[in-house]
Amino acid sequence: MNWIIAIIQTLLFVALAPLLAGWLKWCKCRLQNRRAPSLFQPYKDLIKLSSKQPVVAEHASWIFTRSPYIIFSAMVLAASVVPFIAVDLPTSASADVIVLVGLFGFARFFLALAGLDIGTAFGGMGSSREMTVSSLAEPAMLMAVFTLSMAASTTNLSVAITHVLEQDLVLRPSFVFALLALILVAVAETGRIPIDNPTTHLELTMIHEAMILEYSGRHLALIELASQLKLMLYGVLIANIFFPWGIAESFTPEALGYGLLAILGKLALLAIILGISETVVAKMRLFRVQEYLSFAYLLGLLGMLSHIILEASR
Amino acid sequence: MTIENQDFYSQAILSMAALVGLMSFLMLGQGRLLRLIFIFAVQGFLLTATTALAAYSLNNPHLYISAFLTFVLKVLFIPWMLKSQVIQMNLHRDLEALKNNTLVMLGGASLMVFSYYVLHPIVQTSSAVMLNALAVSLSVVLLGMLLMISHRQAVAHVVGFMSIENGLFFAAIVSTQGMPMVVELGVAFDVLVAAVLFGIFFFHIRTSIDSLDVDQLNRLHEVDK
Amino acid sequence: MIAVYFLLAISLVGIVFFATTGHKTDTGKINVWINSASLIATVWMAINVLNEGTILSANKVFLIDPFNVYLIVLTAFIGLTTSIFSSPYMAHERELGKLTDARLRMYYSMYQGFMLAMYLVLTTNNLGVMWVAMEGATLATVLLVSLYRTPESIEAAWKYFILCGVGIAQALFGTILLYYAAEQIGIGEDALLWSELYIHASHLNPEILEIAFVFLLIGYGTKIGLVPLHNWLPDAHSEGPTPMSAVLSGLLLNDALYAVVRNKMLVDGATHSNMAGLMMMSFGLLSFLVGALFLHRQTDIKRLFSYSSIEHMGMMTFAFGIGGALATFAALLHMTVHSLTKSAIFVTVGHAAQVAGTQKIDKIRGLIKTQPKIGWGLLIGTVSIAGFPPFGVFTSEFLVLVATMHSYPWLALLLLLGIGIAFAGLFRNIHPMVYGAKPEGQNPVKANLWPVMIHLGLVLWLGLAIPDFLANWFSEATRLIAGSAPL
Repeated sequence: MNWIIAIIQTLLFVALAPLLAGWLKWCKCRLQNRRAPSLFQPYKDLIKLSSKQPVVAEHASWIFTRSPYIIFSAMVLAASVVPFIAVDLPTSASADVIVLVGLFGFARFFLALAGLDIGTAFGGMGSSREMTVSSLAEPAMLMAVFTLSMAASTTNLSVAITHVLEQDLVLRPSFVFALLALILVAVAETGRIPIDNPTTHLELTMIHEAMILEYSGRHLALIELASQLKLMLYGVLIANIFFPWGIAESFTPEALGYGLLAILGKLALLAIILGISETVVAKMRLFRVQEYLSFAYLLGLLGMLSHIILEASR
Repeated sequence: MTIENQDFYSQAILSMAALVGLMSFLMLGQGRLLRLIFIFAVQGFLLTATTALAAYSLNNPHLYISAFLTFVLKVLFIPWMLKSQVIQMNLHRDLEALKNNTLVMLGGASLMVFSYYVLHPIVQTSSAVMLNALAVSLSVVLLGMLLMISHRQAVAHVVGFMSIENGLFFAAIVSTQGMPMVVELGVAFDVLVAAVLFGIFFFHIRTSIDSLDVDQLNRLHEVDK
Repeated sequence: MIAVYFLLAISLVGIVFFATTGHKTDTGKINVWINSASLIATVWMAINVLNEGTILSANKVFLIDPFNVYLIVLTAFIGLTTSIFSSPYMAHERELGKLTDARLRMYYSMYQGFMLAMYLVLTTNNLGVMWVAMEGATLATVLLVSLYRTPESIEAAWKYFILCGVGIAQALFGTILLYYAAEQIGIGEDALLWSELYIHASHLNPEILEIAFVFLLIGYGTKIGLVPLHNWLPDAHSEGPTPMSAVLSGLLLNDALYAVVRNKMLVDGATHSNMAGLMMMSFGLLSFLVGALFLHRQTDIKRLFSYSSIEHMGMMTFAFGIGGALATFAALLHMTVHSLTKSAIFVTVGHAAQVAGTQKIDKIRGLIKTQPKIGWGLLIGTVSIAGFPPFGVFTSEFLVLVATMHSYPWLALLLLLGIGIAFAGLFRNIHPMVYGAKPEGQNPVKANLWPVMIHLGLVLWLGLAIPDFLANWFSEATRLIAGSAPL
């Protein structure tokens, strides 16, 4: 029974990811006084792409053609372990934050390889930038996550969330810092403004789009879906770790339904905030990215320090 | 006592302390004047929030007046005044090259440790929350001084001066639930007058050395050469 | 008690009056009259205190005891004599075109503002208000330091503003800690009132009070001009108008020291150790020696005497730090004679600078030949401040030495050394200025030297014989501070 719920949850996760992307796009359009595309436009795009035949470059090796599947599976695997609408699912035994970071790293590794594989200038440039950004973002993310783990004395996400839920509202300085750090990292890792602009294609500043420039057809559809999943994964992480209230702790239909509504509401809100920040903030120069990420790292570090200093028992 | 066992007010105070301290660090590493002023305003806003929170939690209505004064002075008036000065002097595009930025940051961190060290004896008689709050406010005071030492622009000095005031105010709010009203009004009055005087001084310094770079104020020596 | 309200009201009226009416030819005279009224009010207050003992106002807002009432009278007296001097002096500066009417309007208004702040520091019972008034005194004088609007004076004022502002912030932190300690024992609303704190001093947490005193000493010590926090002092004294140097040296430094001593009384009551005293002694001795050494390197006459102020404030801080009846008595006496002598010296220095048209020591020559009154005034003032008998400074320095011999014999050697160095430093600079040939084109100026004569006369009197009522008065104050009287 529990396994069924876990599978349903994962399927739901994958199914809802494009909706989140659509909603984000809709919010941004409204904020910028533009006419918004339909909320379901990402689905239509994905269907259209997957019905087309992929065009593969002559010199592409197997890495190029297999990568989309690997990346997509890694993301689905990540989606299956993250507590989405309920905690204590059988999958949550492996819902370890370090595993999660590992899965992200795995997917990124193949994406970067695929970008290099073709040998075009853009692909290589994108890969090298992606690796630069991620090498700076990963320590920051781990710092933020470790702050959480120290407070809950575990690296298991599900247990940590239960721990936060069990207490009443506790305002922790360390969580404030960790939240800020994680938001900054999430923005960088999912390639949003101010690090990368997901809507442009022919700029010398692009990172993510540069790597996948050569993809088409169902390969592109998988990669697009994978990056939408990644956005949603970060959203769910932020929402459920720091504001876990509403998540289902038992498997009754009411609790599950309530949990689904809660997480949808939280994600919708996060998307609005992201939309606003993308509207008001300008993209920063590539050379400033390290400054931005070292600030995120500093915040993560401060979170850990304030956990040790401010919240220690005496 | 771990944080879970504290009441909500203490938790909020700790979080505010952490954020106020963070703002001081951000100011320390900031070379752009407009951003510096903005961070200063944010710190003022955090103070306002803390004061209002204290007023609400401790049921102490006179703190609302302090909160209001803080808001008007430190979030609106002083940042506005400094900002208009910066724009008038056309300094907002300048990036002040901070000498030894890393060293300054490390110095800031050691000042924080030093504040904890200095105030450690207090912990014997009061809660850990109080030690933390006082240590953070002392380090805000010391970081304000470090800011004044490491920056060359007069505007940055004023920001440092006022953030010292912020640290003191924070200490007063968290440790003693605000000073008596007459003292708070007096301090607010002093801050206001100081802010106005700084405005006058900017004008004088500008007319006398045609810049707001205080490194150029170097005519007077300890012993005459 | 009415005298206190009267005193504060007079200064307040003075501020408003000068600010609204603007500068006229007789403004300087009106300033003299206002200060005379203040002096009368303070004397009235002093008589009340001497007859009835310590007075605490009904709502405990003001506290007048023998310790502060004598400083209040001294403040009013020096305020008056300086205003007598400043009237023709500022008029002369106006004629030279160095100042405009608008600036003189600010000068007179802020002169009263400064006096108000000083009276408030001295009379208030609330340590928080004391801080506010101390900061207010900085704010009132900072624009007076830059009155001439030269780049140097603006630099001096900026330094003064920043250093004193930052320094005194430490004192507020100390005050907050004090308040925190007082709240812990549940004094409640009155936890910043000195009289309440003094009663409960032995219950206050000694650890917190020790930390608080460090901050208070650093904070108010900046205002006293203790080394190494003294950098603003010579600049502010040398670049501001001379009457300002006279009141800064004669009043502001004293009152800052007063604030430290008040707080020390609380800390001593709580800690039962001599930690506060030792801190004051070391800061004081350092300032004394450094001030004395720097006297040798000065080329500006006003800077010369401001380093002398640092030296003497160091000695007072040192004496208060020793504690005990004799040292405290000596410190109080030294406070009085130093204020009187130093303001007299600044008055003559101001005129000497007007005579020579410069403050540079090598340009001022042959004062006795040009204008004998100023020359002799400067010479006698210097003789007095250097600690020659029969002047009062000698008496008080001698008492400090005796007290030091008694408690810390080895430090007496350092004190003697410092006095010697200071003496040499003053005279190598003063001698050629007073004697020597008269340079070309040096003409006498219109000067009112009555304040100088009165001050030096009083110092001489105090050196020859301390009148009974004054001795009693000092003994009362000493009993209050040190717990026992020397006489």
